[in-house]
Amino acid sequence: MTFFFQNLVNALQWGSFYALVAVGYSMVYSILMLFNFAHGDIFMVGAYIGFGVSTALIALASSGAVVMPNWLILVLTILFSMFLTSFVGMIVERVGYRPLRDAPRASAAITGLMIGIILQTSTLALLGARRISFPSLIETTTYNVGGVFVTNKKIMIVLVSLLLALALHQFVRRTKWGMAMRAMAFDYATVPLMGVPLNTMVAVTFAIGSALAAAAGILFGVAYPVLDPYMGILIGWKAFVAAILGGRGSVMGATLAGFLLGFTEIFVVMIFPSTLRDLIAYSIILLILTFRPHGFFGEPYSARLRL
Amino acid sequence: MRAWIRTSTSAFSQVPLLGWLFGALIAVALEHLVGTPLALALGLPKIPVLFGFVIMLKKPILIPSAILYVLCIYVVPIGVTTRLSISRTNRLAAELFRSPIVISVAVHLALLYAILHMWAGINDYRLLVLKLTLIAIMVTLSLNVINGYMGEFSCSHPGFMALGAYGASVFTVVLFVDDRLFGAAILPPALGPFMFPIALILGGLVASLGALAVAIPSFRTRGDYLAIISLAFMFIVKSLIENLEFVRGPRGLSGQPDWANLPTVFLWTVICVWIINNFVRCTMGKALNAVRDNEMAAEAMTVNTRRTKIVAFLFSAFWAGVAGGLFAHVLGYVNPGTFGIQKLAEVLAMVYFGGLNSVYGAVVGAVSISLLGEVLRPLEIFKWIIIPLLLILVMIFRPTGLIAFKELNVTNLVKPKQNPDEEM
Repeated sequence: MTFFFQNLVNALQWGSFYALVAVGYSMVYSILMLFNFAHGDIFMVGAYIGFGVSTALIALASSGAVVMPNWLILVLTILFSMFLTSFVGMIVERVGYRPLRDAPRASAAITGLMIGIILQTSTLALLGARRISFPSLIETTTYNVGGVFVTNKKIMIVLVSLLLALALHQFVRRTKWGMAMRAMAFDYATVPLMGVPLNTMVAVTFAIGSALAAAAGILFGVAYPVLDPYMGILIGWKAFVAAILGGRGSVMGATLAGFLLGFTEIFVVMIFPSTLRDLIAYSIILLILTFRPHGFFGEPYSARLRL
Repeated sequence: MRAWIRTSTSAFSQVPLLGWLFGALIAVALEHLVGTPLALALGLPKIPVLFGFVIMLKKPILIPSAILYVLCIYVVPIGVTTRLSISRTNRLAAELFRSPIVISVAVHLALLYAILHMWAGINDYRLLVLKLTLIAIMVTLSLNVINGYMGEFSCSHPGFMALGAYGASVFTVVLFVDDRLFGAAILPPALGPFMFPIALILGGLVASLGALAVAIPSFRTRGDYLAIISLAFMFIVKSLIENLEFVRGPRGLSGQPDWANLPTVFLWTVICVWIINNFVRCTMGKALNAVRDNEMAAEAMTVNTRRTKIVAFLFSAFWAGVAGGLFAHVLGYVNPGTFGIQKLAEVLAMVYFGGLNSVYGAVVGAVSISLLGEVLRPLEIFKWIIIPLLLILVMIFRPTGLIAFKELNVTNLVKPKQNPDEEM
């Protein structure tokens, strides 16, 4: 039983990365009806920006100019990187998606894929092929709860991601901007006629999605402190799967499906050899989509989407 | 300047395809005869492999000599011979045109093969690039059937290729090769080259069988969900092969016999282009377009949408599988890592660069992306910035690709461009 709970803790942590990235896919989808295939690489860029910001902050703190405890550095790193990465998202939208808004959706998917490749390659060209290790900002403390080992990092990661998901949920439900987004997801054609600026809304959506991806990237760096330019491929494609599984355009669905995917992967590894992880996880997804083709929270063949 | 361009292009507009082929044949023959001395005289270490582009990027100092070489060997001979022989080749083309079209096409293909054979005969690198390009044409065409003609976004083609590659490889390695893994050859290896088509068809059938996993869900769902199903299929195939110990898992399968020589690959490519071109122009092919444009209307107009979808998927997967089988035998080694996201991005790039819903487009896309990939090799990593950038530009200015929605009309292609009776 402790074995089960141990894996549950691991799955929660692993699922929170998927959930945070999947939300970004889902939000863009709900407005533009297309998937931002560069999102996985924005996650990677976010992790690198987080590395840069935290290194700079550590240097600043150790030079003695400002006195900062490590937890403050981490919080500032997350906030700054979210801010900076949101600009990356907006640039991607401006360059790759806005010129193609009236084009077939598949063409936009191709530009997204290509922007992803460009992001990977530029990171590789700028920083070289060596792997960069993320600075460890907080000491790992392990708590033993009835035989289950829980580290403070794991608790922090799960809490931060749940907090961000909740904040996003409140943003979408309570604010004017969120209302505009929901309206736009409901009817993409009419809402701009009502005075809601389409381009601004799309840019904001990309910015929020990218900011969440950056947060996921930093949390990933905290948990697994090795960054490489291709790390976005693994997480990105799986989060994309989670976004679809949750039902397109549903923030809650994407979050839940992200956690579900994390659980599936961890528990497959618990029972079967770890090489079978992808095989079984994707087979389950294939089965789910064959019998429930529109995901958990999506609606089949409908213009009406939830956010 | 503009007038000059117009006169010079109008001078060449009457050259039939036959004339261009003759010109190219002369050029490659010239390269065989005087290529090496000319290259040495111009200060190049050897014959420039891909029209001098590689050497230009590697050593900028050699740019003038590389350009001069290309001018001397390709541009000027082709220009001069086509221009001079314009009436003769037109007459010949007219003569051929009067005979059954099969003969005319066969003559053109024979010429094309001769050109490719001589061009690739210069060195092994050219041969490999040529074979891989021909295989890329097959894959791109087969993906175009789904993504272009049927309008679905299928991501499963690397998976189909993997199935075909492994199906064909296991067949040939088990039967004809003394292998540590599968034991001694069952049949004499001399029989092998004759059985090679069977191996490829078997690989294609294995891929078709796998395609059922994507085709059956496609009855109920379209668009994004089908894209994710096909993507999941691709990951499943890759992961499955990685876990199959009898084909050596992630270490890959090697020892495929060397039967995929240039004639074989060329022949299969021609057959593939021919059959796919016929397929997309027959009733079934038009049904694909109907399903793409409006599935419900198509159903109302008596198109059997389920049958159409399943046939399209199986057919497309079959050719992807054949291409995979050839790919495995060209390289003599396959591993499941080859058929991942990278391959997917490459194939999608070829389809969308060239143009949807068009056989021309598929050929152009496959040739240009694979040649571009080879030509830009000296730039190393920046290659992967330039090619995506190019593709983004194409998508922005021509969202359906360079040559989209254009049918390949063979009769138009081989007919004479000038009436021989009313010469200048």
